[in-house]
Amino acid sequence: MKLPMKLHHIARSEMDPVSIVRQTDAAHAAHRRRLARKSASEARGGVTRRSTLWALSAAGLITFFGIWWLAAAAQLIPAMFLPTPLAVAQRFVDLLTHPFVGFTLEQHLWSSLQRYLMGVLLAMAVGVPLGLMMGWFRWLDYIVSPLFETLRFIAPIAWVPFAALWFGTSVGGPVLIIFAGAFPPCVVNAYRGAKQVDERLLEAARMLGLSNRMIVCEVLLPGALPAVVAGLRVAAGLGWMSLVGAELIVASSGIGYMMVKGQAAVDTATVMSAMIAIGMVGAVIDLLLGRTEAFAMRHRRRARQ
Amino acid sequence: MSVIRFDDVSRVFSHDRSGVVALDHVSLEIADREFVAIVGPSGCGKTTCLRLVAGLEFPSSGTVSVDGRKVMWPGPDRAVVFQQFALFPWKTVYENIELGLRARGMAAGKRREVIERYMDLMNLCGHEQAYPHQLSGGMQQRVAIARAYALAPGVLLMDEPFGALDAQTRVVMQEELVRVTRANPRTVLFITHAVEESVYLADRVVVMTSRPGRVKEIIDVRPVREANRWDQYKRIEDVMDLESFVRLRTHIWKSLRDERSGAEREVERVSA
Repeated sequence: MKLPMKLHHIARSEMDPVSIVRQTDAAHAAHRRRLARKSASEARGGVTRRSTLWALSAAGLITFFGIWWLAAAAQLIPAMFLPTPLAVAQRFVDLLTHPFVGFTLEQHLWSSLQRYLMGVLLAMAVGVPLGLMMGWFRWLDYIVSPLFETLRFIAPIAWVPFAALWFGTSVGGPVLIIFAGAFPPCVVNAYRGAKQVDERLLEAARMLGLSNRMIVCEVLLPGALPAVVAGLRVAAGLGWMSLVGAELIVASSGIGYMMVKGQAAVDTATVMSAMIAIGMVGAVIDLLLGRTEAFAMRHRRRARQ
Repeated sequence: MSVIRFDDVSRVFSHDRSGVVALDHVSLEIADREFVAIVGPSGCGKTTCLRLVAGLEFPSSGTVSVDGRKVMWPGPDRAVVFQQFALFPWKTVYENIELGLRARGMAAGKRREVIERYMDLMNLCGHEQAYPHQLSGGMQQRVAIARAYALAPGVLLMDEPFGALDAQTRVVMQEELVRVTRANPRTVLFITHAVEESVYLADRVVVMTSRPGRVKEIIDVRPVREANRWDQYKRIEDVMDLESFVRLRTHIWKSLRDERSGAEREVERVSA
C-alpha cells in the first residue's frame, strides 16, 4: 500500500489549510474505505499480490519516462527545451561534482535545507503550542482566530514581495515565507486535535487538579498527537514547496536560485535536475515524517475505547 | 469533615428552546464518611447530582456545597470514578495514578509510597507498567478507584462505576469496594441503577423519581445492616440471601418500579 501514500502527498499540495485538514480527514476515510474494499476483495478470493502492486508502480514510471524519452528522441520538442531523460540524468550527476552558479547541487540543496529547517521548525515550535492552547483557553481562541483566519489566506508566495522588502536576499526572507506556508497546518491541526480530545479525559484532568500547563502538555498534546503529527507532515510538505517558491525570488543560493539561473541560461537539463532533486528531497522528508507518525501511533491502535 | 449538601437544587437543560428539567428542587444532606447511593430510572438526573458535586456542572437554582463551601470548580478533594474509567490511554497504570499526586507537587519518593499503598489496596501489583488498553475493564476500574483514593479526597464520587463491567467482575468489584470503603471510610456518593448494588454498598439509599428528578424516598440501610451483621459475610450472595436484605431490596425495587412504569407511560404517551 505504498502507492496511495504518494497520492496523499499530492492532495496536500493545496495551499488552504482547512481544505488540507478536510483532505487529511478525507484521506483517512478513503483509507478506511480501501481497507474495507481490500477485505471485501479478500473475501471474494481476489487477493491482489504485493508483487503485482509493485509491477503497477513500475509500469507507471516506465510509461512516464518512455513517453518523455520518445518525445525528446523524436525531436517533437527541441532538445534545448526537452532534453532526453538520459541527458538530464547526466547533467544531474555532473551537477553533483561541478559547481553551477557558485555551488554544486548538494551545496545548493544544503543551503536550501538549512533555511527550510529554520522556517519549518520555527513554525512547528510556535504553531503547535499555539493551536493546543487555543483549543484549551477560549479567550485565546477568540483573540487569535479572527487574525489567523485572515492571515492564513495569504498564500506563502504572496509573502514574497513583503519578505523581499524587509529582508532582501538575507536568510530572513525565505524563513518568513516558509513559516507562512508551514504555520497554518500546525495551528489548525493542533487546534482541531485538542478540540477532539475526549471530554471525559479533560474532566478527569480537572478533577485530578492538573494545572493548565499540565493539561496542555500531558493531556491535550498526547490526546491530539495523531492530528498534530498529521499537521506536521502537511506543514513539512507545504514548507518545502514554499521554500522553492521563495528562493526563486529572494535568495543568492539554494535549489530555487539554481533553477532561476538555469532558466536564464536556457539550461533546461539543469532546471529539470533541480526539479528532480526537489521532488526527491520532498519525498524523503515525507517518508521520515511518515515513520515518525507511525512511531507516534504505536500505542494508539488498540487504545481507542 | 466532608459534608455534602444539596439545598433546593434544580437543574434545567436547555438544548433547544424547550428546557428539560433534570433535577427539581432536590434537597439532601450526606454526612461525613457516609456512603450514600442514589438509584433511579435512567434519565432521572442521578448522574447530574454527582456532576454538580464534582463541579463539572452547576445548578440552575439552589446551591450544592461541600463542608459549607459552594462548589465552584472540580478538584481533587472530590475525586470522581467515571463509568467509562477515563484513564489516560498514553500513560501507564503507575503514571495514571501518579498524575494527580504530581499535580499537587508531591515529592517523587512520597508519590511512590502512596501509589504502592493504593495499588496494593486495589490488588493491582505487577501492573504498574501496563497501559490501560492492556487491562480488562475490571482492572481498569481498579486503577480508576486507586487513582481516586490516592488523592486522599474527602469526597468520593462514583458514577455507575461498575455499569460497564460484566456480571462476575461487577460482583468482585462490589465486594472489594465494601472492603475498601469500610476500611478507609470516605464520604461517598454512588450512582447506580442496580438495586442490589445500592443496598449492599450504601449506608443510605436515595430513590429518585423519573424526570423531573426528585428525591422520592430515602432508605436507611445501615441500621439494618449492623443489626443483622451483614459484614460478617465475605460474599455478596450470602448477604443477598438474608431476609433483611431481601426485604429492603424488594421495598426499593417496588418503589423504583412505580417510577419505571411512570417512565414507560411517558414513552407510550410520546410515541402515541
